[in-house]
Amino acid sequence: MLSDKKELSGITLIILFGVLSPILFPNYRIQLSELWIFMVFASTWNIQGGKMGYNSFGNIIFFGLGMYLCASTQIAYAFDLAEWTAAGGVKTFVHTASQYFIGLPLGLIIAGLVPALIAGFLGSLILGLRGHYFAICTLGIGIAAGEFATSVSIWGGGQGMTVPVWPKVDGQDLDFLGGGMNFFYTLSFLLFVSTFFTLRWLFSTRFGLILTAIRDNEDKAEAMGIPTMRYKVTGWVFSAFFMGIAGGIYGNINGYIEPTEVAFAGATFGVYMVLMTILGGKGTLWGPIIGALVFQVFKEFFWTFFLGWQLVALGFLIIVIVVFFPEGIMGWLRQKKPAWFGEVVDSKARLAQVKINTND
Amino acid sequence: MTNILEVNNVSKFFGGVKANEDISLNIKQGSIVGLIGPNGSGKTTLFNSIVGTHPIDKGSIKFEGQELSTMLVDKIATLGLLRTFQQTKIYGQMSCMMNMKISKKVSNDYSRIFDKLPKELDEEAEQILSFVGLYEKRNLRAGELSFGQQKLLELAMALMNKPKMLMLDEPTAGINPTLINGIIDRLIKINDKYKITLFVIEHNMRVVMNLAQHIFCMAHGKMLANGKPAEIKNDKRVIDAYLGAH
Repeated sequence: MLSDKKELSGITLIILFGVLSPILFPNYRIQLSELWIFMVFASTWNIQGGKMGYNSFGNIIFFGLGMYLCASTQIAYAFDLAEWTAAGGVKTFVHTASQYFIGLPLGLIIAGLVPALIAGFLGSLILGLRGHYFAICTLGIGIAAGEFATSVSIWGGGQGMTVPVWPKVDGQDLDFLGGGMNFFYTLSFLLFVSTFFTLRWLFSTRFGLILTAIRDNEDKAEAMGIPTMRYKVTGWVFSAFFMGIAGGIYGNINGYIEPTEVAFAGATFGVYMVLMTILGGKGTLWGPIIGALVFQVFKEFFWTFFLGWQLVALGFLIIVIVVFFPEGIMGWLRQKKPAWFGEVVDSKARLAQVKINTND
Repeated sequence: MTNILEVNNVSKFFGGVKANEDISLNIKQGSIVGLIGPNGSGKTTLFNSIVGTHPIDKGSIKFEGQELSTMLVDKIATLGLLRTFQQTKIYGQMSCMMNMKISKKVSNDYSRIFDKLPKELDEEAEQILSFVGLYEKRNLRAGELSFGQQKLLELAMALMNKPKMLMLDEPTAGINPTLINGIIDRLIKINDKYKITLFVIEHNMRVVMNLAQHIFCMAHGKMLANGKPAEIKNDKRVIDAYLGAH
């Protein structure tokens, strides 16, 4: 845990960056929005993989589910969902501004709540599994969810579906909060900020400590009278809630939902969230944020300038992380500067150690 | 004195291995009781059976009159029956203070799980840590402590929980002889001051003879003998079991 002063300067930096970056780099607003979404990915995956020690490959299902649910709600609020899909969506149907701005918040709320409920139900079924068994189980569920989505015809099956576009007035994009791109950038940023402060609070409570205890020694936690299942499930519900909303926002930024490449994209987003967290430092509040930042810059750089080599670069990055930063950037910092994290031998209290040898 | 723990005819088999066969023992409230026996005689299995790590095949286990054999591990612990482990189990990546604070017994109600840790816990944790001699290392990660210190930390964590009865699995294994004296001293003090009933598995005869008021001896999954330390020391069957005269 960092000191309050370091943490405060970190928060200030993040907020300054969030406010200034779309003004300074208006051409990169999509990438910047994606960055905040990635930070939500990593921060929420960190609850399971980092804090609790449960490597979940299934968190992506809440993202995909949130994406479909949000878009469906947005559409169904104004039109018939089946007709929308059959007619190719945005080509035929146009949302008015009021339909759009009531449908979207409704969609985002549902995109948060339903995945949270599902996480509660699914979690109480499978969070009894430990270690690799849990990882494999969630991997399977993630793949199954993608396959399931390809067979739902109301969502366009394997073809996917379009998402309502930013409303137009007289052929011009509606000028509300600086237009669609700025609007969704702001939403992504606000989602990240609320995720961050929720997790910051969560990790400061007894709940957060118990998650760490479960990671370090679940048997011990149970032997000390902690009903671990309850905490594991609740942790997953938190992840699912924010992942669901992230999905809802990302669907709108992308404009098109494809079941296995965009929504339930286990092979890309599902891997990225793990990678970003490990790169930054598992189990810390700031690790996933730093990891996501480094990763997004790295990814955009290689995807833009060395297209074709990006997967090689990604593999190389994984090797570098595993060999040189097994504990992530934050873990590496902790090793170099343990005092920053309050890990010191209290030499003033030598007396306490002497006492035991003299039998009082 | 009433019995705090009553174990009646407990059997636990792992396939063909009879780890515990027809074990019965009673432990009086406020006493210190030892459990000895050669390696593999079923001592730790008995501990596991009592705290609910695995279901038992036969018999009954009662703690303050409540049947434990159908309860889950965490429920039994909240009744006030705690155990420590032979292979120390601590929260390695958390600081000693955090290890202590998390061990405090609190309500497990849903409404309470997001509570902050109260400030008063710091002082309580520091006191207990200095009682076991770990005060100066309180801010270090528990995993960085030596094995012996981790044993002490585990003991301190159990004390933080304020149990009614504490079951210790080899509390002095791997600890240097000077510290062992300190531990015996402290265990007696714990028993006396906090009124915690102690049930101790121990291989170190000097420790168990000095500590316990009553000793049970197991061999090959069965209860071999029980009695006062002096009686056990001179029991032919116990000596045979340890020296292997079969």
